[in-house]
Amino acid sequence: MNDVIQAPTIEYGTLAPLLVVFGAACIGVLIEAFAPRYLRKSFHVPLTLLSLAGAFALVLVQTLRGQVSTTPSAMGAVAVDGPSLFIWGVILILSFVCVLLINDEGHFVASAASVPGSSDEEEAEAHDNGTGHTEVYPLVLFAVGGMLLFPAAHDLLMMFVALEVMSLPLYLLCGLARRRRLLSQEASMKYFLLGAFSSAFFLYGTAMIYGFAGTVSLPGINQAMAAGNTLDPLLLIGFAMLGVGLLFKIGAAPFQAWKPDVYQGAPTPITALMASGTLVAAFGAVLRVFWVGLGNLDWNWRPVIWGVAALTMVVGSILAITQTEIKRMLAYSSIAHAGFLLVGVLATYGSAEQNAVSLKAILFYLAVYGITTVGAFAVLTLVRDPGGEAGHLSRWAGLGKRAPVLSGVFAFFLLAFAGIPLTSGFFGKYAVFAAALNSGTQPGDSMGGWMAGLVVVGVVASAIAAFFYVRVIVLMFFNEPAADGPAVAAPSMGTVAVIAVSLLVTVGVGLYPESVLGVANDAASSLFIR
Amino acid sequence: MSPWLPILMAVPVVGAIVVALLPKGSDKLAKQVTLLVSLLVLVLTGVMAAGFDPGGERFQFKAEYDWIPSFGVKFGVGVDGVALVLIALSVVLVPIVVLASWHDADGVKTADGTLITPKRSVKTYFSLLLVLETMMIGVFAATDIFLFYVFFEAMLIPMYFMIGSYGGAQRSYAAVKFLLYSLFGGLLMLVAVIGLYVVAGSKTFMFPELVGVIQDPAMQKWLFAGFFIAFAIKAPLWPVHTWLPDAAAQAPAGAAVLLVGVLDKVGTFGMLRFCLELFPDAAKAFTMPIVVLAVISIIYGAIVAIGQTDMKRLIAYTSISHFGFIVLGVFAMSSVAQSGAALYMVNHGFATGALFLAAGFLIARRGSPFLGDYGGVQKVAPVLAGFFLVAGLAGLSLPGLSSFVSEFMVMIGSYSSQAHGSGALSVAAIVSAVAVILAAVYILWMIQRTMNGPTAEPVKAFKDLNAREIWVLAPLVALIIGFGFFPKPLLDVINPSVQQTLTNVKVPTSTIAEKGTGQ
Repeated sequence: MNDVIQAPTIEYGTLAPLLVVFGAACIGVLIEAFAPRYLRKSFHVPLTLLSLAGAFALVLVQTLRGQVSTTPSAMGAVAVDGPSLFIWGVILILSFVCVLLINDEGHFVASAASVPGSSDEEEAEAHDNGTGHTEVYPLVLFAVGGMLLFPAAHDLLMMFVALEVMSLPLYLLCGLARRRRLLSQEASMKYFLLGAFSSAFFLYGTAMIYGFAGTVSLPGINQAMAAGNTLDPLLLIGFAMLGVGLLFKIGAAPFQAWKPDVYQGAPTPITALMASGTLVAAFGAVLRVFWVGLGNLDWNWRPVIWGVAALTMVVGSILAITQTEIKRMLAYSSIAHAGFLLVGVLATYGSAEQNAVSLKAILFYLAVYGITTVGAFAVLTLVRDPGGEAGHLSRWAGLGKRAPVLSGVFAFFLLAFAGIPLTSGFFGKYAVFAAALNSGTQPGDSMGGWMAGLVVVGVVASAIAAFFYVRVIVLMFFNEPAADGPAVAAPSMGTVAVIAVSLLVTVGVGLYPESVLGVANDAASSLFIR
Repeated sequence: MSPWLPILMAVPVVGAIVVALLPKGSDKLAKQVTLLVSLLVLVLTGVMAAGFDPGGERFQFKAEYDWIPSFGVKFGVGVDGVALVLIALSVVLVPIVVLASWHDADGVKTADGTLITPKRSVKTYFSLLLVLETMMIGVFAATDIFLFYVFFEAMLIPMYFMIGSYGGAQRSYAAVKFLLYSLFGGLLMLVAVIGLYVVAGSKTFMFPELVGVIQDPAMQKWLFAGFFIAFAIKAPLWPVHTWLPDAAAQAPAGAAVLLVGVLDKVGTFGMLRFCLELFPDAAKAFTMPIVVLAVISIIYGAIVAIGQTDMKRLIAYTSISHFGFIVLGVFAMSSVAQSGAALYMVNHGFATGALFLAAGFLIARRGSPFLGDYGGVQKVAPVLAGFFLVAGLAGLSLPGLSSFVSEFMVMIGSYSSQAHGSGALSVAAIVSAVAVILAAVYILWMIQRTMNGPTAEPVKAFKDLNAREIWVLAPLVALIIGFGFFPKPLLDVINPSVQQTLTNVKVPTSTIAEKGTGQ
């Protein structure tokens, strides 16, 4: 017997982007502890932006050097494969733009511990200059680190850790809105309770599957299924619970109820981060679990996901119609989009070529949807009432006359969400639908006709969804402005940059989608490490 | 590779950007630039069309560029005879619409100074118009089905804003209804487009390479249905027509002309090109149900038109009747009927365009679209009344005016078509002939109630057409009369491509042999 404990091999080069983000987050905590209050922001902003940019540069270096690893790193705990790198790149870009939004003053509460409406709150607000809590920056960095790790985790335990690292800071961030604090705290509480509940499901599912497979490593589970009985109750219950945990994070029906409340209550830049970054990360994890971990169980999970996808698209589109609050409406829109993306997940079936096609479609969709979402939320931060952002839809009436450029840009984002041709959103939708129909022609697929049916459900849902996007355009452009309508704040440089970048990508990809498709194609062709 | 079509599509969009970027307060300049650009496009199209060889290969002025290699999509354009005449129709109508809409966005006032529509952004209106022109050319020129789909859907957006921002009192309702109907049809077509690509498996969307590829009859039917529903909504065919009267009545007159005159033609054009040629067996299998729908549209549109009190709604319903004729012609599966249908698409654009514009001038003077508010216009504004009369007579297909030729060809062609046994289509032709009488009722009654009789009090203040308005209507009336007596130039261009369609549909040669001259 050899009693020497072997040191684990860690591929520091491959994992560098993760390490940079987590390292910067830790430094951020030290800044909070040691730097004087008035200096903190001027330390945090460059640190946060530079670390995100640096991590992105490291991702680029790995991609351009063409040395995408084909084996999992860190003793099989993290898989930095082509899709991971693409998702990392997207998350880093999205979080970089979100941080530009977070920099704006007036989003975050001065003292989260003070009771809303109390004299403590007044006093705290008198002493800060609109910056609010600077802890926001390290919290965001931790959340982003979790987002990076979540889709790259190669075993279920690592994935659970990543899930928590991503979620806990977000629970907190949701409660830090400067205006309408009760709403914000309610959102935070709901998100925390439901999120904790879903995490418990995930963990319990992991335990069950461990009971079946004797391992938490995703490929290990898949191999155990190839060898063992795939109707083992431990496996089926475990898989169902795992599914609940993951579907909760992407906001698929029937686990969507938290989304509207949380999106509405959270400070808008944080909503933007959740609606883009978290969704991307969660879909990466969903793909990895279902494709790598449960690849041999697809006979079981595909019909379930079929139902969830159809339900999510329909619920998201129909409930969105009844909304009168713009952030809630975008939340339901995000639910509907999660449904469209699930159609793509379902299409990862059959030959490796087909897998690459649908993976490419999802990656492309995530990238373009994420950036448009951030742009749309950035516009929301600019339309203000005396009491904060003008959330109620009726307040948006006639905005097209008051601020034609801003309304025009927002209308364009809405058309992109609706999937009108010559916007990036159309090609995203096209890509997943095409992948889904194509998967129906795979040999041995018993779900060919079902896939066509799902795509029809998808287009009907898109038509319904178009109605509420168009309704906002009607309000902005075809209605007369209200006498005491909201003011459009003069945007800061950061916000202008965010909106401009989102618009450029939405237009540019709408005219020439090959620019992003090509990259997604390269990333997807190597597939996940199995 | 011919640069013609890309240039034609680029010129208006560049013009639109220029117009949109003009400084504030340069409304007049914006109008002039728009007019110049649209005239330039007209001249360029004329020069291009002169080089079209009717006897040559089917698609001419072809150009192909890689657009989205990952999806197998190309930027492929090229025109056959039918596409060419429809592009010509579009580019003729645009400068006319520009002139006709000259003051539409300025805030329309009646003779006694009441404001009908408030002042709106002039630059936006005219740049939308130019963007729409690019898309109209693109949708007819596309030989790549994906590209066709992109234009088919994207062209809804400028029209949506033109109706919604510049239309009448119910404009936002009408605009949303228009958009949602079309979008829904378009999305079903998207499924069929993807299905076509997947089932064909040839990794291309180029139309010529996809003809005859789908053999499985059941698959043909599904895909046909996806395309046809989209086109039937667009055309529009009963029972999915209800958006058209609302949209046309609420749109400003100029936009209504383009909506009914060109955008709706994309539906019938698509049936002729895509539904028939890509899915010939399905098209034959569905002929009778579609012919029944067409005949219902013909009769229903005409009867409902008689009952209308709003002029623009009345004209919209007459169009539903006319679209019924076009669809009947397309699915009659004989060369005479199909040539007639293609010719009808052009003639209907001119005739209905003239009628909408003349009615628009009338409405601009009185501020009311209702027939009952007029009477005796002839006495105070004889020139306006004269143009209105000619346009109206073209609408009821009076011999000597262009629509007569096409309507006659459709009826003769359907009557003698052997496509479904000898009798079935003959019955359809006979029943639809009733619409000729109904057309006389709705048109003549409208003219009688507005132009003749005692002059209503507010009408007495009417001014006759000014020079701009005459310049709007005169070219249309000239075209209506000119093609009424001499349709040969159009038919010479149309006939070969219709023959090609019928060959691809594999209609028995005996039907093709009875080729008519249309005289």
